[in-house]
Amino acid sequence: MTIVRRIVVLLGLPVALVAGWWFASAGSTDFFRPSLQRIMQAFAETWLGPRLVDEVLPSMIRFVLGYAAALLIGVVVGVAIGLSPKARATAEPVLEFLRAIPPPVLVPIIMLFTGIGDTTKIIVIVSGCVWPILLNTVEGVRAIDEVLAETCRVYRIKPLRHLVLRASSPQIVTGARQALAIGLILMVISELVAASGGLGFTIRQFERGFQIPEMWSGVLLLGLIGVALAGLFHLAERRTLAWYHGSRDADRK
Amino acid sequence: MTLWRPLLGLAAFGALWELLPRIGAVPARWAPPLSRVVQELLVEVRQPRFWDAIRDTLLTWAIGLGIAVAAGIVVGVTIGAIPLLRTVTASTIEFLRPIPSVALIPLVVLLYGTTIRSALVLVVYASFWQVLIQVLHGVADVDPVARDTADVYRLPKVRYLYWPTALPYVATGVRLATSVALILAVTGEMVIGAPGLGKQIWLAQQSDAVPLMYALVLVTGLIGVAANVLARFAERRALAWHPSVRREVPA
Repeated sequence: MTIVRRIVVLLGLPVALVAGWWFASAGSTDFFRPSLQRIMQAFAETWLGPRLVDEVLPSMIRFVLGYAAALLIGVVVGVAIGLSPKARATAEPVLEFLRAIPPPVLVPIIMLFTGIGDTTKIIVIVSGCVWPILLNTVEGVRAIDEVLAETCRVYRIKPLRHLVLRASSPQIVTGARQALAIGLILMVISELVAASGGLGFTIRQFERGFQIPEMWSGVLLLGLIGVALAGLFHLAERRTLAWYHGSRDADRK
Repeated sequence: MTLWRPLLGLAAFGALWELLPRIGAVPARWAPPLSRVVQELLVEVRQPRFWDAIRDTLLTWAIGLGIAVAAGIVVGVTIGAIPLLRTVTASTIEFLRPIPSVALIPLVVLLYGTTIRSALVLVVYASFWQVLIQVLHGVADVDPVARDTADVYRLPKVRYLYWPTALPYVATGVRLATSVALILAVTGEMVIGAPGLGKQIWLAQQSDAVPLMYALVLVTGLIGVAANVLARFAERRALAWHPSVRREVPA
């Protein structure tokens, strides 16, 4: 496929959709559905100023801290549980129950303990993100190939780093990807409910103040953040799991 | 696997929940012991509002999941079966999928107010992608031999080629969507104020009814477990013919 054709295929539909929205909404007088031109204007005025540093940046920092903590806890506890069949059998029903609780309902409980500050929001993110990572790590560790495990034992290769973490990393990444989406949702929820500032809080203020184009621009920004995070994750996955994708592709041929 | 270990785990969890507040390791005002929560739950189950809330949540969940699954399958098979459509839409789907569903909350509140419809939009949006992506993967996984066979015998392709190939993927998608739909249903109720368990939890929080809040969260978790079990059971039933399930049957 030539480069021109690839670009047309890649960008054709998105451009057509945005153009469609632009022209369909041009000159819109509907109060709740302003024109895209108006929304873009509001976007530039609202977010490309001090708000980027005051509201968006703290949200993102909380998200990154919470996500990193969940990753650490999930992998460490997951490896510990996954390595012992007894621990796994004992902990499984409790973990299944804790995972089944929709994470947002923990927000009011966590608020009781830590108020509505930064700590609450970070704990909320951790409490939701940790389950998919933990359970996938357990599954990954459990499914380690017996032959690989015995080879490691025979050659006295350090098992934790070269066997356990390596062999379960595709599963861990799957869990981490699920957690990414959940973490973003919880970042917004924690700011919508336990509100003292941040991106979700600001959008809610716009909604309550009937600043409709500003609110639409906030929704747009959240979407862009979601897309950017997914893109970053994809890059990181390509790097850390290059060996895995490579061996899978080789198997298919 | 013996049965006593899982039970031991649950018992230990319950015992910790009972003991930690009693000995004052966590403040009992904020984390009431399990017995207190169960007591509260037994009072609450006699209230009609409790069952109303459960009905509303389950209704939002089921309707939303139904719409999302139906739309995901129809759109997925259509896009997947037509290669041109697939290449053209790939970038758009990759772009729309990571948009967090909660970003829509302010929008739906303005457009539909605090009704079940608002929560439904969130549920459908979030679970639709789970199904769609799986269906697309599934349809792409068609075995070349099966494709040639279908070509030669002129079998209807959607019925005999795409559908059986995609079914295990559809089942995975539905299972994922089941839990996502429940999360979004409760979230919608909590944040938007649409009727249901989420709203009751929020009201309990606001009126400082801490044990009631824990009781409702417990119920939500149990519904979540039930939904997972149900989805797995349905998956096994629908795929009883498939090698991945048949292999697990002990010889």
